[in-house]
Amino acid sequence: MSDPEEKVPAPTVSITKDSGGAGGTGPVAKSSPVPPEAVKAIPVRHYGRWISAVVVLVVLAMLVSAFANAQIGWSTVGDYLDHETIIAGAINTLWITLLAMLLGVVLGTILAVMRLSKNPVMSSVAWGYIWVFRGTPVLVQLLLWYNLALIFPVLDLGFYRDEMNDVMTPFLAALLGLGLNEAAYMAEISRAGIQSVDEGQTEAAHALGMTRARTMRRIVLPQAMRVIIPPTGNEFINMLKTSSLAYAIQYGELLLSATKISSRNLAVMELLLVATIWYLLLTSVFSVGQYYLERHFQRGSTRSLPSTPWQKVKANLFSLRSPSQGGV
Amino acid sequence: MTPMVKAEGVHKSFGHAHILKGIDLEVAQGEVFCLVGPSGSGKSTFLRCINHLEKISAGRLWVDGDLVGYRQKGDKLYELKEREVAAQRRDIGMVFQRFNLFPHMTAVENVMEAPVQVKGETRAVARERALKLLDRVGLGERTDHYPSQLSGGQQQRVAIARALAMEPKLMLFDEPTSALDPELVGEVLDVMRDLAEDGMTMIVVTHEMGFAREVGDSLVFMDDGVVVESGHPREVLTNPRHERTKAFLSKVL
Ligand SMILES: Nc1ncnc2c1ncn2[C@@H]1O[C@H](COP(=O)(O)OP(=O)(O)O)[C@@H](O)[C@H]1O
Ligand SMILES: [Mg+2]
Repeated sequence: MSDPEEKVPAPTVSITKDSGGAGGTGPVAKSSPVPPEAVKAIPVRHYGRWISAVVVLVVLAMLVSAFANAQIGWSTVGDYLDHETIIAGAINTLWITLLAMLLGVVLGTILAVMRLSKNPVMSSVAWGYIWVFRGTPVLVQLLLWYNLALIFPVLDLGFYRDEMNDVMTPFLAALLGLGLNEAAYMAEISRAGIQSVDEGQTEAAHALGMTRARTMRRIVLPQAMRVIIPPTGNEFINMLKTSSLAYAIQYGELLLSATKISSRNLAVMELLLVATIWYLLLTSVFSVGQYYLERHFQRGSTRSLPSTPWQKVKANLFSLRSPSQGGV
Repeated sequence: MTPMVKAEGVHKSFGHAHILKGIDLEVAQGEVFCLVGPSGSGKSTFLRCINHLEKISAGRLWVDGDLVGYRQKGDKLYELKEREVAAQRRDIGMVFQRFNLFPHMTAVENVMEAPVQVKGETRAVARERALKLLDRVGLGERTDHYPSQLSGGQQQRVAIARALAMEPKLMLFDEPTSALDPELVGEVLDVMRDLAEDGMTMIVVTHEMGFAREVGDSLVFMDDGVVVESGHPREVLTNPRHERTKAFLSKVL
């Protein structure tokens, strides 16, 4: 039997002493001992930078003043930000985004596995699906689902039978339109993730007696996640915005709620701004969430994690106070 | 006694590339069988045929008396279903040049995975045996480390433990030490020697002629998809009869 004590120590997880923003605000002490004499030179003057900054600031100031003097009822905007119709719309936007993404992720993964299948029927069907759904505008797809009753007046599934008009509510049409379209995009994302996993992994699993399906579920997909998660976060944020198209088929999301109110009080611009602010709020919240999710899935692949913005701020604060230690 | 592995005229082609050109050999139960030869001669391909990771193009291949990947009824050959192939593979352990540990699982989880998923053992039972196996390969202290936190030699020993967890009757080693830094080769060979002393049937593709000479019961020299020469390792290594064997050995010894 081999020696019980290890000759080679396992590489330990190193904790990098990142001193915060590399761009360096404040005096950041590097660990070099007694620094050599500093270089004394007249720095290059960046006149171009100054000029362009001034131009941009002037344009910005003009824009702000234009909006301030425009005929916008800012108090109306404030009043309607937490109007119950608007809140209900925001909740519907969130809800349809979540459900459509869920449909997209599940169906997309199935499509990706089909696309990579050795069975030519499977891979062609998946290819065709992706071709159709990526090649047509979402708005058109939404309208097609919503108007399905025009060509199929009655839905007959054998065990279930109903008027198509009663079945194809704005909610269901929005879910199908957004979710099925998303599946085509998620299929490509999952496929890239699955293909990123080393073939040796599949081989090792097969050699242990695992079937193809089990290998996919236990070995390949968990490893593909690291590649799949970041673009999926982007898709989620895109979906928050794209869901506004469901306005066209009378689904009561944020934009429809805003236009409903403005058709009564005629404050069109004010309510569009209310919707804008809500979209910005939602996408910002989820962008932060995405940042932390991606950071979480980097674990195991890199030995030290990049510091979060908040950690950077803290580090900079400390380094301002005591330049000698710029630790996290 | 039925041989553990029997190959009769095994051919393998990839498209137009004819890689194995009629391999005949027998591996007895409990034998340590070393397979050597230049790179590209088809050693890995032959190993992969033994557990049906590759389908052979012609010939017959048996493991412990059973045809690999097929069932014979009369003079007709029927391909086995995926489940049946998987069941055959349970009894054949394989160790790869590049370890192929599952990076998202700790050492002990790597070893437990197949017994739990394939044999349906409870986690408690599988874990207990996994810990024993890791202890046996000298890694009792590192059971909760991820592969990225282990050295190459340690990873390969986990990979051996993972294969042993299925209690195989045959172990295939495909250049298990070729990807290791020289100072880590010994610890893996020690584990393999221990396994051989325990009576495990092993087919070992290797460039470690010292190991072949000491531990091997027989040695086959393969070149360009055919068996050129075979015999007892000491005999072949000291008195090669064929020019090709001599040329190869002069390079690796
Ligand atoms: N899946 C494959 N498709 C095409 N050619 C292959 C494949 N696998 C192996 N080969 C070819 O078969 C030959 C023998 O490979 P291999 O069995 O790995 O040799 P060895 O292990 O002896 O170095 C090589 O020329 C290799 O390119
Ligand atoms: Mg090889």
